[in-house]
Amino acid sequence: MLTIADRDGAASVAPSATQAAEVAGSSIDFEDVTVSYGGTVVLDRFSLSVAPGEILALIGPSGSGKTTALRAVAGFVRPASGRIRIGEQDITDIPPYARGLGMVVQNYALFPHMRVDQNVAFGLRAQNADPALIATRVGECLELVGMSSFARRYPAQLSGGQQQRVAIARALAIRPRVLLLDEPLSALDAQIRRNMVEELGRLHRDLPNLTVLYVTHDQSEALTLADRIAILRDGRLNAFGPSRSLYQAPTSRFAAEFLGRANLLPVTVSQLDADGVLARVRLGEHSLSVRCELQLAPGHGCLLCIRPHALRLADLPTGNGFRATVETALWQGDTQNVTLRVEGVALNLTVSPSQAMPERGSAVWVDFAPHEATLIADEPAHG
Amino acid sequence: MAETTTAPRPVVATHGLWVVLPFAILCAAFLYPLFLIALQAVTGPDGALSLAQPLRVLTTPAFWRAFLNTIEIAVSASAGCVGLGLGLAILLSFVPFPGSRTAARLIETFVALPTFLVALAFTFLYGSAGILNETATTALGLAHPPVDFLYSRWGVVLAEVTVYTPFALRPLLAAFSLIDAAQIEVASSLGAKPLRILRQVILPAALPALLAGGSLCLLLTVNEFGVVLFIGAKGVITLPLMIYDKAIQEFDYPSACVVAVVNVALSLGLFSAYRLIVARIGGRHAGVV
Ligand SMILES: Nc1ncnc2c1ncn2[C@@H]1O[C@H](COP(=O)(O)OP(=O)(O)O)[C@@H](O)[C@H]1O
Ligand SMILES: [Mg+2]
Repeated sequence: MLTIADRDGAASVAPSATQAAEVAGSSIDFEDVTVSYGGTVVLDRFSLSVAPGEILALIGPSGSGKTTALRAVAGFVRPASGRIRIGEQDITDIPPYARGLGMVVQNYALFPHMRVDQNVAFGLRAQNADPALIATRVGECLELVGMSSFARRYPAQLSGGQQQRVAIARALAIRPRVLLLDEPLSALDAQIRRNMVEELGRLHRDLPNLTVLYVTHDQSEALTLADRIAILRDGRLNAFGPSRSLYQAPTSRFAAEFLGRANLLPVTVSQLDADGVLARVRLGEHSLSVRCELQLAPGHGCLLCIRPHALRLADLPTGNGFRATVETALWQGDTQNVTLRVEGVALNLTVSPSQAMPERGSAVWVDFAPHEATLIADEPAHG
Repeated sequence: MAETTTAPRPVVATHGLWVVLPFAILCAAFLYPLFLIALQAVTGPDGALSLAQPLRVLTTPAFWRAFLNTIEIAVSASAGCVGLGLGLAILLSFVPFPGSRTAARLIETFVALPTFLVALAFTFLYGSAGILNETATTALGLAHPPVDFLYSRWGVVLAEVTVYTPFALRPLLAAFSLIDAAQIEVASSLGAKPLRILRQVILPAALPALLAGGSLCLLLTVNEFGVVLFIGAKGVITLPLMIYDKAIQEFDYPSACVVAVVNVALSLGLFSAYRLIVARIGGRHAGVV
């Protein structure tokens, strides 16, 4: 594959990255996709667009339909209604082997009787590719995931993390239009999982055009890796948006609680800003200023959502704060977790470990910056 | 430090007893009769050890015909069992159809039936006075029964295939049920069509089961007696049938013993060959469970 000119150039250091990057990524579009198993609807009029070259994390609790959505893209479940498109092509009726997708699953699913290099070559051989091309591509892909020196091993001779790397190389070898990952790290130890999250991030920087649909139930993987996050709940899209804004300003109570610890305080809207960015709300006797993206009328009840690290303890009343009682304070090495109670609601707050620990039962002032909190509509808690 | 982690030595006395008892039972019930047969085979009329008797039997054309018949029928029948078993196992495991579970159960219960029952059923179905021929002769006004394959070696092979296919099917069904469905799906997403998946993913995983089932069939068919006797195909004499003829009909016990020794040797040889193949494959699949 390499020409003489390539060999002389600096590009030969990482031919894999540059060559694989040439393939343009495709979008994935779910259009009103409904999937049911024997009358039970597990994906309900699901619509979602994954942009070319982005990592989109599809998250949600177990049983929410994430795997089903992914398998619908791969072609292993047939939607009862709706269409699925990859790029411009409607693939709803195309058999799985003709879809040209890369798929990586939780338990790796390597072929146990094939060596690592044979596993990676499988897809190209199935497409009757030229043997020279296969050899080059297998080498590239193994190098991309750092497994070149294990080419002649059998899967059973590899650790879990190594097996997952091989599974990723195997999926990438066919230069897939999109890469589908179903909980790829959940079978690994916490430490290896953190490393693999970093490696997946690096891999995507090497292959910036690759569209990745990443299914996980782990919100920290999603927040670390994904450009955008879609949250599934009971087969329906509950929330969708860029990772950072979805975390900072979740659009639903479910999203707020699923993406990390969230304090949810029932408040009443008292006044809306003229420009519609901020609102004043009442929490008991306190009046607070907070970002508001909902259409709300004064007098309306809703939830003030604020992350534990966005709250600050203060000795004296400040501009945007309220008074609360300290229930517990737990020193945890790199942080302190303080539980407070305000208006009968428990509230979590994390502060720097060097800060003096507040006394139990004492009254403190708590404040926050208006743009670090958001208002969301009240809805029943999940569970 | 390393020595301190070694397990305490087992108590020798009890350990030995557990081996001795089963071994003694094995000797009394199995090895001793086998020894008597072997001894009988090499004992002359005068009571002295002699190779004259085995040499006489082993050089008769009748013995060699029986020997070759045995191998031919066993190999054909086993191949048939493996082929049919594989086809059925694939159908039952990977082609979902209503009632596939029930079908699998039904085929498995076949194992519990006595083998000659099938031969008997075959006679009722395909025999010269069986249902098929009766219907054909009366319906078409034929003078002779049109179906007469049953009384040939192919009749025996067919009956043995019917009887022993479940023995090849069972390990295959077990092996197929252990194949990770995700492997098949990943293979498919990589562009492999069903036939390639069958060849490169499913069959390699089922190879040990295929060999185990095949060699079990080979062992069973080499020693098959009931089916061959019940079919009563003309001129189809196998080693077990020859032993029966010599011992029960001709009262020629020494000759029967010589043939029996050959039959046992053939069985053990096949079994060793099977162990060897399995070990080889195990080696090639290095590290695979
Ligand atoms: N093959 C199947 N047959 C019947 N129900 C299924 C099947 N696969 C999944 N389900 C059901 O569909 C729902 C969604 O499953 P899944 O997509 O695997 O969820 P997730 O991946 O989010 O954990 C679950 O309630 C599950 O029990
Ligand atoms: Mg799942």
